[in-house]
Amino acid sequence: MAAGNLPGSALPPWKWAALAVLLALLCALPFVLSNFSVFQLTLVMAYAIVLLGLNMLTGYNGQISLGHGAFYAIGAYAAAILMDHYGVPYWMTLPVAAAVCLVAGFLFGLPALRLEGPYLALATFGLAVALPQLLKHKALEKWTGGVQGITILKPDPPFGLPINADQWLYFFALAVAIVMFALGRNLLAGRIGRAMVAIRDNPIAAEAMGIDIALYKSLTFGVSAMFTGIGGALGAIAVQFVAPDSFNVFLSIAFLVGIVVGGLSTLQGAIYGALFIQFVPNVADRISRAAPWAIYGIMVILFMYLAPGGVAGFVQRISRSWRRRT
Amino acid sequence: MDTFIAQCLSGLATGGIYASLALALVMIHQATRLVNFAQGELAMFSTYIAWSLIQAGLPYWAAFFATLAVSFAAGIVIERVVLRPVQGASPLAMVVVFIGLLVILNSVAGWIYSYTVRPFPSPFPSEPLLGQHYISSHDLGAIGVTLAMLLAIYAFFRFTPLGLAMRAAAQNPESARLAGIRVGWMRALGWGLACAIGAVAGMMVAPIVFLDPNMMAGVLLYAFAAALLGGIDNPFGAVFGGFFVGVLENLLGAYVIGQELKLTVALVVIVAVLVVKPAGLFGRAMVRRV
Repeated sequence: MAAGNLPGSALPPWKWAALAVLLALLCALPFVLSNFSVFQLTLVMAYAIVLLGLNMLTGYNGQISLGHGAFYAIGAYAAAILMDHYGVPYWMTLPVAAAVCLVAGFLFGLPALRLEGPYLALATFGLAVALPQLLKHKALEKWTGGVQGITILKPDPPFGLPINADQWLYFFALAVAIVMFALGRNLLAGRIGRAMVAIRDNPIAAEAMGIDIALYKSLTFGVSAMFTGIGGALGAIAVQFVAPDSFNVFLSIAFLVGIVVGGLSTLQGAIYGALFIQFVPNVADRISRAAPWAIYGIMVILFMYLAPGGVAGFVQRISRSWRRRT
Repeated sequence: MDTFIAQCLSGLATGGIYASLALALVMIHQATRLVNFAQGELAMFSTYIAWSLIQAGLPYWAAFFATLAVSFAAGIVIERVVLRPVQGASPLAMVVVFIGLLVILNSVAGWIYSYTVRPFPSPFPSEPLLGQHYISSHDLGAIGVTLAMLLAIYAFFRFTPLGLAMRAAAQNPESARLAGIRVGWMRALGWGLACAIGAVAGMMVAPIVFLDPNMMAGVLLYAFAAALLGGIDNPFGAVFGGFFVGVLENLLGAYVIGQELKLTVALVVIVAVLVVKPAGLFGRAMVRRV
């Protein structure tokens, strides 16, 4: 993984044009697709934000997390509890979920500073395995609803817009995703992003260059958890339901699969990965209940062997060779 | 007092199972310096193989040893086919491959055997042994099996030329290779042994937690806690750690925090050991030249 994966500082005009066309397409989609497909695409955006956060930590900064399902759950529960218990409007829950997860991630990142490679993976794996039990615990039942979970209402479109709730939520998620991707891109393209990659590639050299490794690593953990928490809050609002058992260790594994298949250390990889973890299980479910996971497992190993750059790596290679020819 | 003793003893029994799985983790860590996230699912799959054999009409102990043989062979095949190509890759690649393996084994077991929870037989009598009422025969048997396995492993590494070769290959692969040891095969052998040990753990835990594809997640977490507590490069430490976290889990569950937070105990042990004393109680601190 070369530092060349870092996003550049300014976009050329043709890329702006491409993005505008893409945005127009995305805005047209909810009017041609069924409500269920629109709902699925809303979830894709939530996942894409999560994967962007996980990619910052694992891809760019080299800290392996098998426990991001936990931060997703914290974001989801923060949103659900705020909406259900305190009547907070849905859009207000996102900043709160972000703040809670930023703090939670930063705090978990502090002990994680001493852990490297597989051992950090182990500690975060423990977090993912232990989390459903914690959410079910009696002391928290008053807020979390215990095993039953919390059901929340889908928000209605504001200003009397002539669209239904699913379409509105899609546009809301799209707007949030655009903001988060812009934030993520600028963060990674700047000084902080370069410091993160430097720490991953050569911690000693990075330290010699004056990078405060402890600060950057725990900060990356916090920011990564923050992105994941926002994704979790969006996901909870879209699904209208949170329950402890939907945040088991396999959710965290799905996120890891997403960034590996999408492409480590790339921005667009988060989008491909989100599409993968949303739509592949739907197709594979028709074969057997176990099939989606078998496919996840095989795909993730094959990608590691054959295409460590993921789908994003493919796309980059194709677009590069195409540009050379013209 | 009676319940206290009973809690400690049943803690020792589950501890014995954690210890066996921790031994399997130590085995792979010794042979390859890796942390095997798929160890629990490997043990689960072996237990399903044992279950199939028993269903097919084999007597328990015949099925037991046949399962050990199959698991040993499967371990070697997995090392050769799945792990060989990524030998020496980055930690991330290794973790991803292990997670892929975990997911594949879990889903294939669910596919073949369905997700229904099934009972699994115990080879030990259902009446408590020796006229006492503190500990069931199965628990006592599981402790005995763990200790016997530890002794066998110790004897294997201490007294056989193959054990010596495996230790050499793990400690210094380059020199071992120069001395004519086939390091790659030693790694595969380590995997085979770990899978066989894990199979024992699976068959011992299945009568208690029942057989289903997700049965090992909690056990694996405790085995990690045990292996780290004892020092992941020390078999005796792993066994001690297993018994220790088993008793700790039971006592905390019975008297302090209740049954619902058992996994959190394991998480806290893992994080605490990794942060305070990463080498574990009996492990050697790793020194790295930078």
